[in-house]
Amino acid sequence: MAEAALKSVTKRFGETTAVSNLSLNITDGEFIVLLGPTGAGKTTTLRLFAGLDRPEEGSVEIAGEDVTARAPAARDVAFVFQQYSLYPHYTVFENLAFPLRAPGRKLPAEAIRRRVREVAEMLRIESKLKNRATELSGGEMQRVSIGRALVREPSMFLMDEPLSSLDAKLREDLRVELKRIQRELGATIVYVTHDQLEAMTLADRIGVLSEGRLVQVDDPREIYERPDSIYAAQRLGSPSINLLAPGTLGVQHGPSGTRTLGVRPEDVVLNGAGVPASVLTLEHLGVESIALLQVPGANGAAQQVHALLGCQRGIAEGDSVSASVRPGAVLYFDDAGRRIAAGSTTSRERQP
Amino acid sequence: MAEIQIQNLKKHFGDFIAVNDSSFTIEDGEFFVMLGPSGCGKTTTLRMIAGLEMPSEGRILLDGEDVTFNRASQRDIAFVFQLFALYPHMTVRRNISFPLRVQGITRREVRRRTEEVAQLLRIEHLLDRGVGGLAAGDRQRVALGRAIVRQAKAFLMDEPLGALDAEFRDIMCEELRLLHNRVGATTVYVTHDQIEAMSMADRICIMNKGEILQVGPPMEVYAQPATRFVAGFIGSPSMNFLDAEGGLPAGAREIRIQGGSVPIPETRESLDSRTAVLGARPEHITIRDDGSLRGEVFAVEYMGARQMITVDTPAGRLRVRAPNTVAVDYGETVGLTFDAERLVVFNGETDRAVASTLFEAPLVRGGAHG
Repeated sequence: MAEAALKSVTKRFGETTAVSNLSLNITDGEFIVLLGPTGAGKTTTLRLFAGLDRPEEGSVEIAGEDVTARAPAARDVAFVFQQYSLYPHYTVFENLAFPLRAPGRKLPAEAIRRRVREVAEMLRIESKLKNRATELSGGEMQRVSIGRALVREPSMFLMDEPLSSLDAKLREDLRVELKRIQRELGATIVYVTHDQLEAMTLADRIGVLSEGRLVQVDDPREIYERPDSIYAAQRLGSPSINLLAPGTLGVQHGPSGTRTLGVRPEDVVLNGAGVPASVLTLEHLGVESIALLQVPGANGAAQQVHALLGCQRGIAEGDSVSASVRPGAVLYFDDAGRRIAAGSTTSRERQP
Repeated sequence: MAEIQIQNLKKHFGDFIAVNDSSFTIEDGEFFVMLGPSGCGKTTTLRMIAGLEMPSEGRILLDGEDVTFNRASQRDIAFVFQLFALYPHMTVRRNISFPLRVQGITRREVRRRTEEVAQLLRIEHLLDRGVGGLAAGDRQRVALGRAIVRQAKAFLMDEPLGALDAEFRDIMCEELRLLHNRVGATTVYVTHDQIEAMSMADRICIMNKGEILQVGPPMEVYAQPATRFVAGFIGSPSMNFLDAEGGLPAGAREIRIQGGSVPIPETRESLDSRTAVLGARPEHITIRDDGSLRGEVFAVEYMGARQMITVDTPAGRLRVRAPNTVAVDYGETVGLTFDAERLVVFNGETDRAVASTLFEAPLVRGGAHG
């Protein structure tokens, strides 16, 4: 495995600038997740590493070498796509062995067999080696695709939403497996997703992209608790962070220049001292509930606020309650949407 | 508005039994969700209620009237497919009023009802705009408006949000529920997505292989699942299932797992099968040094307000939900304890839950939506 970097790369498609003066250093063995909505430049960034796209400006480095001018095949990277691209008429074994049989490799048959077995075991598909690709379930097919990337032992892995075509339960299982494999191998991975939960759970660091620019690169906890901007704050957390006018929910004092308050739904507290609120909807999701509250806004207009509640009894739709914010949990943003550090920078205390 | 009674409904296609002897009543004004994996019979049931499919046996009553063999058009029921399809070349007004205009209602009445619906959805100001330039959220509201403008006795919806991405689905779930609170129309909603079901339903009907396994408010099916299938289908991540020893008398207060004993809610019936399965949701397991069941931490996943810790134990791989103040690392050996009052014991042969004091415990008030 290796470190990698993008240095001030810009990529345009006609009039559109897909990636704009973007720099990113990835350390050896790091799991980087690129997160952003459709069109933010995630996939283009990944393709620049792979060599599937070439930047107009800037350079790409892998393992300390400038590979900007090199073809994809000469970069020693492995790409995993969203749609598994297996050879349907081949068995799982043959699919996995394929990259090792490339003309340049000249590996002895025994070494290929050993390597395929190793990877199959790691991905828990060793019992399927003789099956044809078409006889596999969706989850198994995606394991084989990941396996095909793994057998090669490349300098880095590039993954473009590899789990998004799988159903929810399978995605959860494979997510945990992928993280384990990455740790065991010490693999360098750049991974693209628009799923915030995947980003938070997989990443060593998340790169938040907006319109081709990297707006924050940090570990998940840092971005969640101390986002640089409203934009970054909105990328993580479900339900999404509440954005409120100063004065809402009884939050009076912010640093000067405060234009917007950011309050995570789990930091909205019901039925202590607080402002009057009415419960518009209440969704019980089992372990927790999400309430949509209507509260008086700062200047008369009502505002809606999401609260994430533990499984509380005694609240129903239509109820009148009081709502406040957990002390110390408010984020303050200026009129450009940038976060204003609020005095101390101690980590926020959270309740279970 | 209407009450819908389903009595011993059965549907087979050749040898295949799609729906097997279903009976339940959907109350007037209820938001009723039919949930299950593909092929479970939920859509077939919905289509029989709509009149798009004729039952092999059984009856369907709409407000007490037997409509089992009435044509779809004679039932005064609105069937909503995917919510996002709009006519791109028409204005908002024409999109919403489309179902009325094809019914031959007077122009004045069409105008009145279209405006009423637009007001309800807070899109009056957009009525004469084309749908092309609308923000995504407003487009959804228009689609919703078109669905509800008919003022049918009941709305039947078949995976209406299926094609939307996750972020948008959350928003639409909330809008649909808000709308339901205002309109109060009987709604039958089919989905395979348990989060949609949990977040919107007054009651959920869970089906598998043509059988109804449980009908109840979201918190009931979550906390008091009737079968192992229901327990596994509802909740994310899934409930953990641990192999246990069967042969419990009524009144048992503990169960044996991997040679150790785990306290459980007092059983109200005996469990004769040799094998049992203990069900524990991730939030009902706690990491504690003195926990008798020990395991190695396989994964720690940060999730913002909480974290999910995966532990490999002799009883299998378990997911534990913990506050993010708990500090554990990969490879560490930890002890686990269970929240005894919340555990479910399943019969290892039939997968049915064993009756216990768990099923007598009070739930969150009013199920989901007061």
